[in-house]
Amino acid sequence: MTVLDAGPLARRLAQALFVLWGAFTGAFIALYLLPSDPVTLMLAQRADGPSAVIDPRQAAAIRVEYGFDQPVWRQYLTLLGRAVHGDFGTSVQTRESVSHLVTGALPQTVGLAGAALLIAVPLGVALPVLSACSRHRAVSRLVDSLPAVGVSIPSFWLGILLLQLLSFHWVVFPATGNTGIRSIVLPALTLSLPTAAVIAQVLGRSLRSSLGSAYVELAKAKGASRSWIVFRHALRNASLPAVTVAGLVGGNLLGGAVVIETVFARNGLGQITVNAVTNEDLPVLLGLVVLAAAIFVVTSLVIESVYPLLDPRIRRS
Amino acid sequence: MVNQMLLRVAGLDVTYTDRRATVAAVRGAELSITRGEVVALVGESGSGKSSLAHAILRLLPASGRVTAGAIHFDGEDLLAASPKRLRQLRGARIALIPQDAAAFLNPTKRVGAQVAEVRRIHRRSDRRASAREAITLLATAGLPEPQVRARQYPHELSGGMRQRVLIAIALAGEPDLIVADEPTSALDVTVQREVLDHLGQLVATLGVSMLLITHDLAVAADRADRVLVMRDGAVVESGSTTSVLLQPQHLYTRSLVAAAPRLSGPRVLVDHRVRAATRLDDRGDLGPPVLTLRNVTRIYTRPLGGRRRQEFRAVDDVTITVNRAESVGLVGESGSGKSTLARIAAALDAPTTGTAAIDGIDATRRPERELRQMRRRVQLIHQSPFASLDPRFTVARSITEPLRAFGIGDRDSRRATARQLLDHVGLPAAALRHRPTELSGGQRQRVAIARALALEPALLICDEPVSALDVSTQSQILELLARLQADLGISYLFISHDLAVVRQICDRIAVMRDGHIIEDTDIDTLFTAPNHPYTRQLLNAIPGARLR
Amino acid sequence: MNEYASAAVPVRRRALRVGGGLVRAPGLTLSGLLLALVLAWALVPGRFTSQDPLLGVTADRLRPPSGRHPFGTDYLGRDLYSRVVHGAAPSLKATAVAVAVALVAGAVIGTIAGYLGGWIDTALMRVMDVLLAIPGLLLALALVSAIGFGVIHVAIAVAIVSVAGFARVMRAEVLVVRNAMFIDAARGGGARRGRILLTHVVPNAVGPLLALAALDIGSVLLTVSALSFLGFGAAPPAAEWGQLIASGQTYLYAAWWLTTFPGLTIALVVLATNRVARALEATAGPSW
Repeated sequence: MTVLDAGPLARRLAQALFVLWGAFTGAFIALYLLPSDPVTLMLAQRADGPSAVIDPRQAAAIRVEYGFDQPVWRQYLTLLGRAVHGDFGTSVQTRESVSHLVTGALPQTVGLAGAALLIAVPLGVALPVLSACSRHRAVSRLVDSLPAVGVSIPSFWLGILLLQLLSFHWVVFPATGNTGIRSIVLPALTLSLPTAAVIAQVLGRSLRSSLGSAYVELAKAKGASRSWIVFRHALRNASLPAVTVAGLVGGNLLGGAVVIETVFARNGLGQITVNAVTNEDLPVLLGLVVLAAAIFVVTSLVIESVYPLLDPRIRRS
Repeated sequence: MVNQMLLRVAGLDVTYTDRRATVAAVRGAELSITRGEVVALVGESGSGKSSLAHAILRLLPASGRVTAGAIHFDGEDLLAASPKRLRQLRGARIALIPQDAAAFLNPTKRVGAQVAEVRRIHRRSDRRASAREAITLLATAGLPEPQVRARQYPHELSGGMRQRVLIAIALAGEPDLIVADEPTSALDVTVQREVLDHLGQLVATLGVSMLLITHDLAVAADRADRVLVMRDGAVVESGSTTSVLLQPQHLYTRSLVAAAPRLSGPRVLVDHRVRAATRLDDRGDLGPPVLTLRNVTRIYTRPLGGRRRQEFRAVDDVTITVNRAESVGLVGESGSGKSTLARIAAALDAPTTGTAAIDGIDATRRPERELRQMRRRVQLIHQSPFASLDPRFTVARSITEPLRAFGIGDRDSRRATARQLLDHVGLPAAALRHRPTELSGGQRQRVAIARALALEPALLICDEPVSALDVSTQSQILELLARLQADLGISYLFISHDLAVVRQICDRIAVMRDGHIIEDTDIDTLFTAPNHPYTRQLLNAIPGARLR
Repeated sequence: MNEYASAAVPVRRRALRVGGGLVRAPGLTLSGLLLALVLAWALVPGRFTSQDPLLGVTADRLRPPSGRHPFGTDYLGRDLYSRVVHGAAPSLKATAVAVAVALVAGAVIGTIAGYLGGWIDTALMRVMDVLLAIPGLLLALALVSAIGFGVIHVAIAVAIVSVAGFARVMRAEVLVVRNAMFIDAARGGGARRGRILLTHVVPNAVGPLLALAALDIGSVLLTVSALSFLGFGAAPPAAEWGQLIASGQTYLYAAWWLTTFPGLTIALVVLATNRVARALEATAGPSW
């Protein structure tokens, strides 16, 4: 019996925990070992401007409070020990608990990402399927060209464009704010379009390769129609790469939300992130990175459990 | 008489157009099949036989087009038929059995559903009934335990079973004509024989016509009522099987009949006395064997989902020797362990237990540095000349690479050696500048042989050196190998699945199965009085009884 | 001829790829021309505009596009066209540095992991897994926060974010090539490990990686622009494209051109890069 003799589920979980630990450690190395000085920055800001004279004793006191005076390895162990219990310390900037700060903003962002996903997945699937089923070449070509445009547009600019058109020009949706269903429409749309484009690109590519495969040729020889082939043969085989990508971009929605929330001036993780970066708020950033890794890890566990349903070759005997 | 005629193809032209060029794949092909007839269409790769078959099903790739001629099926003009009408015909009246079952079956659908699908597409039966009928069809196709198989996925079946699933799919629509495109080329000879026997019986009892497309004249000879021979897109010969085989009219057919490897008659081997002389070294000694494998076992382990490990004995307690200037054949079906043995013999892989000696010196458990020197004496020629040459290297660079590796000669002398080697293998010096993609399969195999000869080895291990080549190219390469042996006095360990090919060039044959050598004897004994039942089975399975 | 004449590219692009040849495809040709133009902007901006990107004429504040100011003017009366032209250099520099660093580092890591295998492979790939687990933009933000703001720092952060993808592709390719038969043949011919790696494995494995690098240029430009939009790139008054959009956002209601033209520029450049990259990918497929 070796260490590797654990069950597959236990191994997946061990891998997941490793990724979380790795994210924590990597972020710690980047943030705490590289020369950044949040304390000076903070004091300078409190004193209204970088030109202010900083009291070295006050700075030293804060360093002690946050443990920045300790040797690096001890800081690391202390932080890791607390992080295991879900405690990521307090924000240097606002002095609020990091976990509080983050969990408070999480619902807003998750709501936005979820709404975006609700638009992105059907759209990303519909486009390539429409193109594959269409009998008219011109329609397929037009539909096929849309995703390439979608992935090329900067999302923040798309948001601004939608604002100009739908909030200023025709006053359909509110420009900014967090309240009500109507306020989420524009940001969700902005976030969903590039995501849909990526899904459509990947699904379209794998659908085309499925449609060119030998078993589709045999299906044609059986007398099957185009839509029969697309829906009963090609789509399922093509969905595997698309599901993988959907999972990845699903995780990346969090990153996209950072920018979109800034454009639409929404409260959420995005605002917290931008503030933390601007102020070199190390504990907050560390917490955000670990949270993002946790979301990714959970997403991939879900995705991996979907694979065997789609492809019997992955099923275990 | 009129309703007896099922398919008539007249003056058919098929051309492929891409951005660069227009290629005529089929030119003026004539073909007719009556009800219940089996017609074989024989040709080498690129002869246009597959294009003709796909044109009949109207399933040419997007770049292909029928540019002239007519196809009439049961009196109906297929070239004028609408897409909808074609869908009604395909599967229901004209069925296809493709070559490679692994690729042509949908990996994510149960095989029963893939058979039942045909009945549902053509609205012959509903979901339930079609599932029941699929089981019956699988049974008819000769699949054991059809209820169990129907619920399995293609990857859970063996190659032979998958091919039977394709047959069941073809039968599902109760067609009048089956187009079988190389239906068994991907299978081992013994399985090939079983499947073809079964298919032949079915076609005969059901009264279905079949167009059998094959590169193998021997298969055509065994199975068809009539044979058509295609070359460069044109049908060059057609007639009853007996007349085409016994009195071939066209020059190409004659060369094809002559080139077909046989189990009796003349071999490409050179004179025995010459060979006996080359077997001795300068002092007139036989010397130590160039290769001695003693009790060689190679075990692969693979983790089984982390919990258990599976042990797989690819080679199990094999002992074999190859003497100077001797040709030993190693015959076995896929998975018998012959390629693993080849890599061990070439000192590219080490046995788990046992010893492999080159020139009487044990090569096992030696550091890479010494192995590198020992490998000079033994060179390996791979099956696929397409994969064994670096696509980025010119021929000159490929051939001189071993010389450079051992620091032999300077730039100019190495180039001179390369020219000489090309001359040896029958290629012009102009080939030096070319890259592999610019050469044909036969030419590439010649380059691979030239490279193997560069280090003046004592033993060439040829792992299926001609299986990827057309018949006429096959015999040229075999002749080259025989001539090189006469000129250079090298030994061969000649690995093949094809007894007829091995027979052409070897003095002794070892038969391998499941990692064991079950028979090792001289060539005459093997063909006249084989010892082991498996050897007899192998001999019986070889197609072409009517050719002999 | 101005650069937004190629706005027709997206719709016609695919049609021409299917129908026409590589050389005859106008979509590809237009993309190439656009990229050449933007590259020239970055190298010799003075040739394309005589107006100072930093010096504004207060009397000309927030003027809509006109013959004198093709893209209009901003809140300080600076010519927007000139700012977009001068913004090409920092935006493209950051993109080029990021892609180049990621490509080289990814190639080295992927080659080592794929060719050596064993625990080295496992260790390197686990690190890459961690990199992939964090959303790119968030990771880049955290890194920028650690190493500081500015064009080059943004480029390095984005490079680190992109390394994992390159390393994975390179490793996969190396694994395929390593098991190719011609490697066996070279070993049989006595070639040494190092030589096989340099003459056979790397040249045959690097093709798909270069194609990926080309395809990545567009998305890297988007990430770089996003970071500069958030205010972590070039410090004002410099004119990086993303930052131009950010500063124009304040005048969204009054001056639509301030965000429209820089945004359109980014979108078209990304579109053109992807178009050219796909053409490269199609020609640089595995040749064996």
